Amino acid sequence: MTDTRTSRRLSRTVSAPAALPPVGLAGLDPEWSQLVEVAESNSTGELRHGWHLLDNGPQLDALGVIAVGTILCVHGNPTWSYLWRSLLSSATDAAASGAPAWRVIAVDQLDMGFSERTGGFRPLARRVQDLGDLTDALDLAGPVITLGHDWGGVVSLGWAVDHPELLAGVMLLNTAVHQCAGVPIPAPLRLALGRGILGPATVATPAFLATTLALAHPSLSNEVKRGYRAPYLTSARRGGIGGFVADIPVALSHESRPELDRIAEGARALTVPTLLLWGPRDPIFSDRYLDDLVERMPHAQVHRFEGAGHLLAEDADYAAAALLWLGDAVSGSEAASSAAPLSLVELAETARGGSQAAWEVAGTHPLWYYLDELQCSDEIALVDMQPAAPRTVSWRLLSRRVRQIAAGLVFIGVKPGDRVSLLVPPSADLTAVLYACVRIGAIVVVADAGLGLPGLTRAVRGARPDCVIGAAPGLMAARALGWPGRKISTARFPAPMAALLSIEHTLAELTRLGQARLDAGDALPTEPAPTDAAAVLFTSGSTGPAKGVVYTHGQLSAVSNALFLQYGVGVGTGLVAGFAPFALLGPALGARSVTPDMDVTAPKTLTATAVAAAVAAIDATVVFLSPAALVNVVATAGALTPTDHAALAGVQRFLSAGAPISESLLTQAAALMPQATAHTPYGMTEGLLMADITLEGIRAAAASVSMPCRTDAAAHDGELAPSAASKPETVVPASSTSGDGETAPIAMPTATTVNPAGGVCVGASTQTTRIRISALDASGASVGELSEQPDVTGEIVVSAPHVKDHYDRLWLTERASRRGAVPGERWHRTGDVGHLDSAGRLWVEGRMPHVIVTADGVVTPVGPEQRIETLPDVARAAFIGVGPVGTQQQVAVIETVPPASRMHRASVSLAAAVRSAVGSPVAAVLVVPGLPTDIRHNSKIDRSRLSRWATGILSGGRWVKP
Amino acid sequence: MKVLVTGASGFLGRAVAASISAAGHEVRTFQRRSSGLTGVEDVHGSITTVADTPYAGLAYAVSGMDAVVHLAAKVSLTGDPAEFEAVNVGGTHTVVQAAQQAGVSRFVYVSSPSVAHAGSSIMGSDALPASPKHARGDYARTKARAELLALAADAPKFRVVAVRPHLVWGPGDTQLVERIVDRARSGRLPLLGHGAALIDTTYVDNAASAIHAALDAAASVHGQSYVITNGEPRPVADILAGICGAANVAAPTWRVPASAARGVGSLIEAIWRRRPGVDEPPMTRFLAEQLSTAHWFDQRRTRADLGWTPAVSLDEGFERLAAHYRARL
Repeated sequence: MTDTRTSRRLSRTVSAPAALPPVGLAGLDPEWSQLVEVAESNSTGELRHGWHLLDNGPQLDALGVIAVGTILCVHGNPTWSYLWRSLLSSATDAAASGAPAWRVIAVDQLDMGFSERTGGFRPLARRVQDLGDLTDALDLAGPVITLGHDWGGVVSLGWAVDHPELLAGVMLLNTAVHQCAGVPIPAPLRLALGRGILGPATVATPAFLATTLALAHPSLSNEVKRGYRAPYLTSARRGGIGGFVADIPVALSHESRPELDRIAEGARALTVPTLLLWGPRDPIFSDRYLDDLVERMPHAQVHRFEGAGHLLAEDADYAAAALLWLGDAVSGSEAASSAAPLSLVELAETARGGSQAAWEVAGTHPLWYYLDELQCSDEIALVDMQPAAPRTVSWRLLSRRVRQIAAGLVFIGVKPGDRVSLLVPPSADLTAVLYACVRIGAIVVVADAGLGLPGLTRAVRGARPDCVIGAAPGLMAARALGWPGRKISTARFPAPMAALLSIEHTLAELTRLGQARLDAGDALPTEPAPTDAAAVLFTSGSTGPAKGVVYTHGQLSAVSNALFLQYGVGVGTGLVAGFAPFALLGPALGARSVTPDMDVTAPKTLTATAVAAAVAAIDATVVFLSPAALVNVVATAGALTPTDHAALAGVQRFLSAGAPISESLLTQAAALMPQATAHTPYGMTEGLLMADITLEGIRAAAASVSMPCRTDAAAHDGELAPSAASKPETVVPASSTSGDGETAPIAMPTATTVNPAGGVCVGASTQTTRIRISALDASGASVGELSEQPDVTGEIVVSAPHVKDHYDRLWLTERASRRGAVPGERWHRTGDVGHLDSAGRLWVEGRMPHVIVTADGVVTPVGPEQRIETLPDVARAAFIGVGPVGTQQQVAVIETVPPASRMHRASVSLAAAVRSAVGSPVAAVLVVPGLPTDIRHNSKIDRSRLSRWATGILSGGRWVKP
Repeated sequence: MKVLVTGASGFLGRAVAASISAAGHEVRTFQRRSSGLTGVEDVHGSITTVADTPYAGLAYAVSGMDAVVHLAAKVSLTGDPAEFEAVNVGGTHTVVQAAQQAGVSRFVYVSSPSVAHAGSSIMGSDALPASPKHARGDYARTKARAELLALAADAPKFRVVAVRPHLVWGPGDTQLVERIVDRARSGRLPLLGHGAALIDTTYVDNAASAIHAALDAAASVHGQSYVITNGEPRPVADILAGICGAANVAAPTWRVPASAARGVGSLIEAIWRRRPGVDEPPMTRFLAEQLSTAHWFDQRRTRADLGWTPAVSLDEGFERLAAHYRARL
């Protein structure tokens, strides 16, 4: 593939003048089309070429608006300006509705689309000049925002580099500007470039075109396919497609390589606002090309549209995203004003760099503070309650091991900012690896098996780890599913196995290597600053693809500080770490932690005896458990000996976190720890520990309302969970994970407040947290100003030093999560709906997308569900809307006692009972054997999915599974 | 206000005339039979027999009136297409003309949601324009044409409002309630499909008050069509059960696949068209679609424009129906 004149392999293309597209192509307004004649620069003999381009300028003129700037759009191969049709129409529509007017010019590159077939071969440098010739001919004035896709991305960037005086911004869709030497180019292109294949695949037949069009998710309609094919109906018209493919600089010797390198390096110097919109399901431009672009333009804002692919312009609403971004950029608000949207407000610029001063500003300690403080202490830091014998680790040993692993990681090339995915079960090993990573400034990626393997794979790939550290199951999954990153094993494998799993190192090796470096006098790298990214945690993904949530060191320290303030976990505290994410912070708080003997993949196997043994091992006063574990602990309490009971009597606090539990379960657990206060927190991956309530608080909240107390549960990952209880006994979902990843949990009582909206009381905000409500309008949108006014239902918005920094490569999502925040303050929209009561307690009423908007107003689901669940025949209910927003009908979907064996309409009497309980019109009551729930907690009901299902049934469709 | 109500011997027409009369208006009715109402002036005649005495009865009936509520129509699931045409299209044309000539200023045309219904399910949509091309069956097709011609006559001095009550029922209804109860009693009432399709219906008093409200609102909202329902869609099986329960007969429990019913309905419909006038067929394609797909509507515009809300809830309606059947025992 070193043939630098690949073009010769293509049959000579035929010349043809530019032409207008046929009328009637779907989505293409004939008014946009223009033909322009352009003189070719540096040409001998006055060469002129005809271009076809789309331009909404005349439409803007007709509207009488002045454009604030021009978006110059360049398509790739083998598409044409048709690719950008929705941006032209959206931009014109926006201008017509009074928004800033953007002129959109979308060109057909020469030999492509309906531009001239020049009969020659146009390498990259020529194409970049061609575009410049065109903008000169158009007399294009600034400001110009370039927008490119595929190889059009390179051409547009080339123009951007060459026209700094006009350039105001850069937008790119899946593209690449650099091909690493030694890294193979994408397989589909390799194939297309194969000798004897290039011509037939790209020119003689429409195969390359058809293949590209088949990359859309979902599939393109035939109308749209017809639009894309329109300029390429004959082989004579497809010469440019082959030329483009031939121009891919696969080898260093390729004639276009210098130009590509020039552009790639030029991109590094660009300081204008930059937006990268990306479809990850792209067999050609995979995430590694995105990484390369981000590395060159670190100030770029990035949004990955999960599920979208190479034809992002067809798969996602890129036009809306682009106009939104331009709006910010022009008005100077939000994203545009901060070159680094990731920066913290609380931790001001002064916090950057200098470590000690930075932490003083932050008001917290670094996560490794006590590992340094206590490095000479022989007191217990960690205990693993292994079946054979407890493994006890002193502060001295833990501190040394962390330093050894840290030095080992540095030695094998892990750098600050590198991402390290941890697939290790909770243990001393996990703790040591975690603290080693954060100490050297590597970013830990924590995604748990609760996402399911496909979700986990998507999450890990999206988080693009440079390194994966795992136990056997994690590494096998990594191998089988092709997760990226170098592999490090916590255990030693036989060599063939290690080779098979691509294991480069074991933890033991890293430790030895690290010790050798420390012995040689190597110092650990500079400590990361509070503003440096420390971790990426993943949301549960129960309402869409899991989102990566980035925390800085300062924010993770703030989480541990919140645990200290709320639960008194500090130096000398003995902590039973039955719930991983919080428990991992034990060393950061100077607390000694014990991991009870349990199979972490099956938390419900934790016995009361094991908990008592763990408590006794370190004189624990604080116990963190997952609800699933708590169920079994209560169930196995009979086996406790008097000694065990005595140990448990020393516990002062216990926390059930991670998923819904019932008040009765909490009460039974509390009976085992008679001196302890029982807590459940409210929070989500983006904001752990936002509110907290005790068992007494739950009872007081229940007493404050008229309904009989049903305990219920609440939110995790920002998703409120309907009751997990069935009557009369509590059943906690069997597959709850112990959270080998993140977490934040809850369990709350259900009860109707005096506020008729009802809800689950999750208590008062934690000490450093502020909670406000953004009231819903009549259409169910949370547009109200942030307010603490009681009894107003709206989106719950939180602020705390320990709220997330940002979503990972989800610019749109991040922007939406901060909407309406007071400038200078960092707020997070939780997506939960609820209200504050006059005592300052927060009541959760459901999720934003689950709000029902009827003709008579907005209805939140939890209150009606609670009322329905008071019926003796009902185990669990989901309350949903069907029909158009604004005139939705209310529908109850229920699990009965005993469970139904098949789906059916509720009997007339049951339906009447449900209607009577709810108190507002209920169109239909459907009975199902089981409500669909999320994988992680098996308790959160996806009401949106149920709503789609019920809509089918209630329109007369078949009974399919929900 | 002086109001002429056509078709007041029918179930809904009688309720409308009574409602308007009870509000203190002077009501005249026009139909072949007696309206059975007291306090109104019955004029007997037909909207289609114009040959001998052009407009004779009708011309008298409409004279001196301020408003006309036109309900008279051929309401049937099948029958002679020519008769639908003559009564529903020709008759409406005649009444509109007579009203215009008599200087009537308000005209409420009582239509049907089926005029804009192409057979698919309707979930929460507002009234779409009447479409004779898409309407199913002779009844819906002719009602669609009649609605269009009535609305075409809308003018500042002749204000036309079209209202489309959906599935009107109540005590004394022979069209829907009696048929359901009779069939259920004799075990001939199946459920089409699984019976979960959401259907919105209109309790008769609500339909009457809505038509009355349209008359009052004609000053401001003329030239438009409004679907009228209780705004309480329920699974069709629940509605049948409610009606059967009120009449103390067993609700249907056996099922016919909806697709089979539609097929059989088409066949029967075709046969009945060739031998019209015998009786109502057991099933038509139109009815099969009505009873196996969702039919509920966005009532926001209706309620806001007409300044009306239904006073009788579905469950209250079932109660009243039950009381009616108990009184007949």
